[in-house]
Amino acid sequence: MIEVKNLVKSYGDKHAVAGISFKANDGEILGFLGPNGAGKSTTMNILTGYLSSTSGEAYINGHDILEDPIAAKKEIGYLPEFPPLYMDMTVKEYLCFVYELRGCRLPRNTHLKEICELVKIDNVYNRRIANLSKGYKQRVGLAQALVGNPNVLILDEPTVGLDPKQIIEIRTLIKKLGKNHTVILSSHILSEVQAVCDRIVVINQGKIVADDTADNLSRELTADHKLIARIDGPKDEVIKLVQTIPGVVSVVADMQREKGVWEYNIEAVEGTDIRRELNRRLMSRNWYILGLRSSELSLEDIFLKLTMGESVTEFLADKAEDLAEHYEEAEKQ
Amino acid sequence: MSAIFKREARAYFDSLIGYIFLTAFFAASGILFSITSLQFGSTDMSGMYSGLFYILLVLIPILTMRTLSEEKRQKTDQLLLTAPLSLSSLVIGKFLAAIVIYSIGVCMTLVYAVVASFFGSVAWLTVVGNAVGLELLGAAFIAVGIFVSSLTENQVIAAIGGFAAMLALFLIGSISSIIPVPWIANILQGLSFSARYNPFTYGVFDFSNVLFFISAMAIFLFLTVRVLERRRWS
Repeated sequence: MIEVKNLVKSYGDKHAVAGISFKANDGEILGFLGPNGAGKSTTMNILTGYLSSTSGEAYINGHDILEDPIAAKKEIGYLPEFPPLYMDMTVKEYLCFVYELRGCRLPRNTHLKEICELVKIDNVYNRRIANLSKGYKQRVGLAQALVGNPNVLILDEPTVGLDPKQIIEIRTLIKKLGKNHTVILSSHILSEVQAVCDRIVVINQGKIVADDTADNLSRELTADHKLIARIDGPKDEVIKLVQTIPGVVSVVADMQREKGVWEYNIEAVEGTDIRRELNRRLMSRNWYILGLRSSELSLEDIFLKLTMGESVTEFLADKAEDLAEHYEEAEKQ
Repeated sequence: MSAIFKREARAYFDSLIGYIFLTAFFAASGILFSITSLQFGSTDMSGMYSGLFYILLVLIPILTMRTLSEEKRQKTDQLLLTAPLSLSSLVIGKFLAAIVIYSIGVCMTLVYAVVASFFGSVAWLTVVGNAVGLELLGAAFIAVGIFVSSLTENQVIAAIGGFAAMLALFLIGSISSIIPVPWIANILQGLSFSARYNPFTYGVFDFSNVLFFISAMAIFLFLTVRVLERRRWS
């Protein structure tokens, strides 16, 4: 179990971590989500005792990382942002070194072999780390964190540098480990956190902006009364018809998806469900709904919304404009 | 601590630094031995031991330059500092590994004494006293070198800085002779590494000098631990 209370880390008058508190329970996978420079790595470095906090407390299974660092560190397996590998060693030598360094008591050869099979590095066991690919190095780093079978795993961007197949393998592994470990992993990739974590802590500029399950997070920010419908029918007439449905605030034709099929953004008064009425009225005119979904925000949208606030629309519009300008110029040339 | 020690000792020979250090040490001591003893048909080895002082100024920084700077550059310090071991055992493990490599060199000087003993009688007590002095001087220098290495993540800077620091400790004695205030001059003279080392080569085994080198070693190792500790807070 990890408990963090009001953690602050300042460099001069800049706060890299500005008072964050959270709790990760046993058997829970907690995702740390935030843009680059949000304070994810700093927080992890504090939790593992690499850095000291300016103020606040951090407990690893009840051990204060500042008061009782050795007992706390025994409980932690840590994969930092850059895997701490000795390039001049072979994988075997390196893992044996970590095994001794951590004062591990499990039977050495079988334990290390198990780990290597788990992260799939047994085929490079006797190779020099300097000669391994980025993906293998990352996995050796992960193997290192597993030595001694620590209760708490802290993984800083564990899937960086891996190919899609390896990413799925590592995610599965983390999920398995999450059953009987406390796992904290950080990422700036939303789909990753969404795929692996039970709970997500979104962090931005050193502060927690959200702390909830992935589903709740998206539900909280979803708009049920906003629909996106793909309707087969004459555009202007469809718009007129939909506008007559009670509760509808606005209808906008967004884009022609197929010939004669447009996608419409329909917004109704909050709390009203117009789906059935929409169906009935379109049917009566022999127009068909080919697709209907509530405009649920994806985690990407939520993330941008949480970290950028209301300026997100501006940001997106700005980027779109930038792109359009670029295309125009390219065409001229 | 033993894990750090073993890895470090291995790394000296994996990275060639161990070989380079010992080769240079053997060559320098061998040349000094033949110039100061063999050439004169003498079994008095004090010339070699006093000459080795200057050799250490150059060689010890090579031995210690990568101890902590390289860990920081390769980010492996994150592994060491988040492992369940104290900072002092980390520093002492690294220190002992360097001492072992260095001691292999010091033992070689005793081999020269054995060679000399075939041709005449060797004052063994003096030779052993000399070797102990050399070992203590080296231990203090290694502590200085490790301390400098903890301040930077660049090996070259660590080597040059280590050399500069040792040169300063060596030159303190010479500066003292030009300082007109007697009590300052006395203090500086007391801190001079060469003034503390030379009595060994005269065959004088003074415990205050032994204590001086051990204290210097302890102080610099302590400072190294403080540097590592401070880095967490900055």
